[in-house]
Amino acid sequence: MSNLDVKRTAKLFIGGAFPRSESGRTYEIFDKNKKFVANVALASRKDARDCVVAARSAFTKWSEATAYNRAQVMYRVSEIMQGRREQFIEELSYWTKSKKEAEKEVDEAINRMVWFAGWSDKLAMVTGSNNPVAGSFFNFSVPEPTGVVATIAPEKSPLLGLVETIASAIVSGNSVIVIASETQPLAAVSLAEVLATSDVPAGVVNILTGSYKEIAPWLASHQDVNALDLTGVDKKSIAQELENQAAINLKRVLRPNTKLDGLTRIKTFLETKTVWHPRGF
Amino acid sequence: MVFEYAPAPESTKIVNLKSNYDLFIGGKFVKSKSGSNYKTINPATEEVLAEIIEASQKDVDEAVKSARKAFKSWSKLSGSERGKYLYRIARIIQERSRELAVLESMNNGKPIRESRDIDIPLVAAHFFHYAGWADKLDYAGLGKNPQALGVAGQIIPWNFPLLMLSWKIAPALAAGNTVVLKPAETTPLTALLFAEICQQAELPDGVVNIITGAGQTGQYLVNHSDIDKLAFTGSTEVGRLIAQSVSGTNKKVTLELGGKAANIVFDDAAMDQAVEGVVNGIFFNQGHVCCAGSRLLLQESISDDFLNLLYERMKTLRLGDPLDKNTDVGAINSASQLAKIKELSESGKSEGAQMWSAPCEIPNKGFWFAPTVFTNVSLSHRIAREEIFGPVLSVLTFRTPDEAIEKANNTPFGLSAGIWTEKGSRILEVAHKLRAGVIWANTFNKFDPTSPFGGYKESGYGREGGRHGLEAYLKAGK
Repeated sequence: MSNLDVKRTAKLFIGGAFPRSESGRTYEIFDKNKKFVANVALASRKDARDCVVAARSAFTKWSEATAYNRAQVMYRVSEIMQGRREQFIEELSYWTKSKKEAEKEVDEAINRMVWFAGWSDKLAMVTGSNNPVAGSFFNFSVPEPTGVVATIAPEKSPLLGLVETIASAIVSGNSVIVIASETQPLAAVSLAEVLATSDVPAGVVNILTGSYKEIAPWLASHQDVNALDLTGVDKKSIAQELENQAAINLKRVLRPNTKLDGLTRIKTFLETKTVWHPRGF
Repeated sequence: MVFEYAPAPESTKIVNLKSNYDLFIGGKFVKSKSGSNYKTINPATEEVLAEIIEASQKDVDEAVKSARKAFKSWSKLSGSERGKYLYRIARIIQERSRELAVLESMNNGKPIRESRDIDIPLVAAHFFHYAGWADKLDYAGLGKNPQALGVAGQIIPWNFPLLMLSWKIAPALAAGNTVVLKPAETTPLTALLFAEICQQAELPDGVVNIITGAGQTGQYLVNHSDIDKLAFTGSTEVGRLIAQSVSGTNKKVTLELGGKAANIVFDDAAMDQAVEGVVNGIFFNQGHVCCAGSRLLLQESISDDFLNLLYERMKTLRLGDPLDKNTDVGAINSASQLAKIKELSESGKSEGAQMWSAPCEIPNKGFWFAPTVFTNVSLSHRIAREEIFGPVLSVLTFRTPDEAIEKANNTPFGLSAGIWTEKGSRILEVAHKLRAGVIWANTFNKFDPTSPFGGYKESGYGREGGRHGLEAYLKAGK
């Protein structure tokens, strides 16, 4: 008996829902042998702006969740990723030289999510301080998330790089809009499904597929975005133009090709708040 | 019975002003290659104090070259040796503190009480604090053996001339960077005296270079290709331009920009303390403070009573000669700043807010603006949104804590905020919810070298002070 495959439509992930692009557009992706793989949603300016609205409204609740809670939610993400390991490997294998290479990336991505999850309740200890001011005051500094982070994920590390950019932003309470690898977006589409089923509140992570060259300028110039991660931008002139746009509201900018350890990456999207109070009876 | 105050002016004899000043490059005062001169004045009297060079592109280039050359040896010097130079500088600042305070008040217009008791002691404290960091960089938060960034270009404002210099130079030098610093156009004199202090401390040539000038000179510095790091304190407008100029480069940037801080007074606040805090929040340094508490948010139930207390207190503020030890409010720093304050105040009136100014006598010469309060202010008014950078307070009211937080955060800025209440849990919750980098609870406008300072949102990025401030001048080691 024959059984026809039910194929997945690759959609966007905005505010916890899976819409098609508002523009109705899709684009074709091809594997390493130039063979057709799937049609993927081609996100538009409107989709990007919808993401900002979703990310902003999710920010307050996520940033005020306890660090313990954020850690558990993110650890849960890695659990669900583990359950989908075979699917991720299959999706990456369209482009990796070998299956082994895909396995390695998936395992590293899961480990990376676990690693970042664990930072949630250590950040304030490591980056905060109690400041011995010269006077009768209690004075302390704590890290806080910077707000809505727009991210261009790396083109050539479609799962590990994606996990790294998302996890480093949300662990401290930011919400993110991430533009996935344009040519290898399948793992991002699956990661969206993982996130949707792992207690990450709707809107905390929003994933767009399509061309960053088209979408990123709208995010870089958006007044309600607080930070811009240019990790996946592979063209110098575009990186410069996006950084230039980001100055409109003084976004925090992570330039491409910046060598960073994980903690420094997290710190890029942190603010430091210092609170003073007098001592006395 | 009310006693009149007798004049109590601080003598200016301690200051030895030269008629003109050269640029400080490579450890020496040198003539400009091609720049022109301008006059720096005392804003309280409009008297010319000295002639200053407007550094040209060539001058800036010389200064950067000198800093680059010095970087090779300065960054290789052991941390403890670098620290000892900074300790020396801190001590000389303490020894010459009166001279520096008087000169600061002459050139800036701030009351001697503030330059003597706040600015200059904090300057010494900053150098002292960062001196001790120089040989402890492994603990800065970047792992073992972090590296200096290189040559830092630093541009500072006129509101706290020497204090801002110390915030910039002390951490930069401790981390092993060398600097080219441009003081503000209107307040170059204490920076030039600091150059002499560097000579006195026998700081190696070229580690600190001071170039004077206006915006154009600053632009030359920002755009110079051999700068590794830029640190700027000033307006959000200029900060934006700097952020644009460095796009696509490898220059690291910290920006400390404007603010429109909310000072929130709840109905259970200790009223007299809160009145003092509000006065200090907005009239300290004539309101020329980026973190000034320029929006007073009063809980509606106490609004009338509080305003009456505030007006009574403001009637006792003494405006006048900055060098008089009894002066509370000094001169506005420049004619152009005065024009800006007047223009925004006019907009407040024309948009329907009510203006009340403290009844003080305004001197005939110099630039002055009486401490002023606007009531009937709505969030959409320019005086509630734009930074006035003068002694002008805009008053808004609220009913619930949520409304207070909503209004406080309703601004593109996020530098500072104040909270006045006797309820501890409320302090912590409000402090948590305010989107601002420095929160003063039951106090305001306090500064310390160990306490990180800097803004959220359009108030800039990066922190100055403490370990966080040191990190801004380092990168991870290999």
